[in-house]
Amino acid sequence: MPKLSLSINHQPIEDEVDDATLLVTFLREGRGLTGTHIGCDTSQCGACVVMMDGVSVKSCTLLARQADGKKITTIEGIADGEDLHPMQQAFRQAHGLQCGYCTPGMVISAIDYVEKGGALDDASIRAGLEGNICRCTGYHNIIKAVQQGAVLMGKVVPQ
Amino acid sequence: MTFSYHKATSTNDAISQFEQADDPKFLAGGMTLLPTIRQRLAAPDQLIDLSDCGLSFVRDEGEYIVIGAMTSHQFVADHPLIQTSLPGVAMLAAHIGDRQVRVRGTIGGSVANNDPAACYPAALLALDARITTTKRTITATDYFVDLFETALEDGELITEITFPKTVSSAYVKAPSPASRYAMVGVFIAKTEGAVRVAVTGAGDQGVFRCAEAEALLNQALLNDLFSPNSLDDMTLSEEGMMSDIHASSAFRVHLIKSMTKKAVSVIADTADIKG
Repeated sequence: MPKLSLSINHQPIEDEVDDATLLVTFLREGRGLTGTHIGCDTSQCGACVVMMDGVSVKSCTLLARQADGKKITTIEGIADGEDLHPMQQAFRQAHGLQCGYCTPGMVISAIDYVEKGGALDDASIRAGLEGNICRCTGYHNIIKAVQQGAVLMGKVVPQ
Repeated sequence: MTFSYHKATSTNDAISQFEQADDPKFLAGGMTLLPTIRQRLAAPDQLIDLSDCGLSFVRDEGEYIVIGAMTSHQFVADHPLIQTSLPGVAMLAAHIGDRQVRVRGTIGGSVANNDPAACYPAALLALDARITTTKRTITATDYFVDLFETALEDGELITEITFPKTVSSAYVKAPSPASRYAMVGVFIAKTEGAVRVAVTGAGDQGVFRCAEAEALLNQALLNDLFSPNSLDDMTLSEEGMMSDIHASSAFRVHLIKSMTKKAVSVIADTADIKG
């Protein structure tokens, strides 16, 4: 099998992977990182979103081999030990989830959105998270969580 | 789902890999191809990844802007030169799919696939762009043939696309609420004395120029009355329009008129601000 060399959650990884394996399958089944979810088969839902070289991508629509040499960060890799990432804290505080299935992708997309300087009004956040679908919350608390997360990440001064 | 994967190191390498395989496909951003394979609607035996072939760039060539085939939608949307010299193209690229699709999806992939609901074909046709391949240069008019069908031959690879700078250009679409694909997308390019209008998402043979809208807008331009109202009397036939689960042909005809009006008002408003 072809060899794969990449960084996952700040750890250098050497592994083998079949050419046709999707990145999400490699993460979940090859590496046991089941925090990255699969919610659809049409690339629309965003439950599988991970960071690749600092940009959020849908890991269900990438081959593992396309990630060769890249830096991947999954939901398992964003907390600092026991300390949640500020965006995780915000999702918890604002109750930005119900069943939690979409949450890993939602949190990664939200971090990417805020880090790239996305505007923090409701409509802009909704547009920025268009690639993530939540079937529980109606999005209201997710929007609040992103706004609070941006404050905790030091991107805005609290009002 | 089984296939081999090859990351090409140059366009020549990509072409020679293609010629050696039985049923290969070029892999650009993969935002259409990989879901298509996953749904078993395509089963190539080899994917040839083009990401390392040096095809991601934007180049200023005086009156023209040249965009490399592997340039992502997000890169196009964020590019200052495109925002000022081809605002319609920046607008179009900024609303393809979602954020994660835009960082991976490419202009060359979209143009090669020629999905009848894709946005880019409308820009190329309205702007009379030139498509450069590993074999030749094709004008947009000759390039788009039918649904998912283009003038590309087997193993012919798009390398770059050349647009004439067109400050007065706009793209407006009515996206499907679920897929975000265009049910109707209208691109307008207004140059000295001529307006070109191209419509995607609606035609049963793919992207087309809307002669009715062009006639009315050219007339309005002559009379110095270029505004959305110029299109009030436009009537379009439902013949040749797609009718599917997303929209009937009657609804699409309605959307063409209203999206064209919106695109005209974007251009007119921009001109006002500049004037």
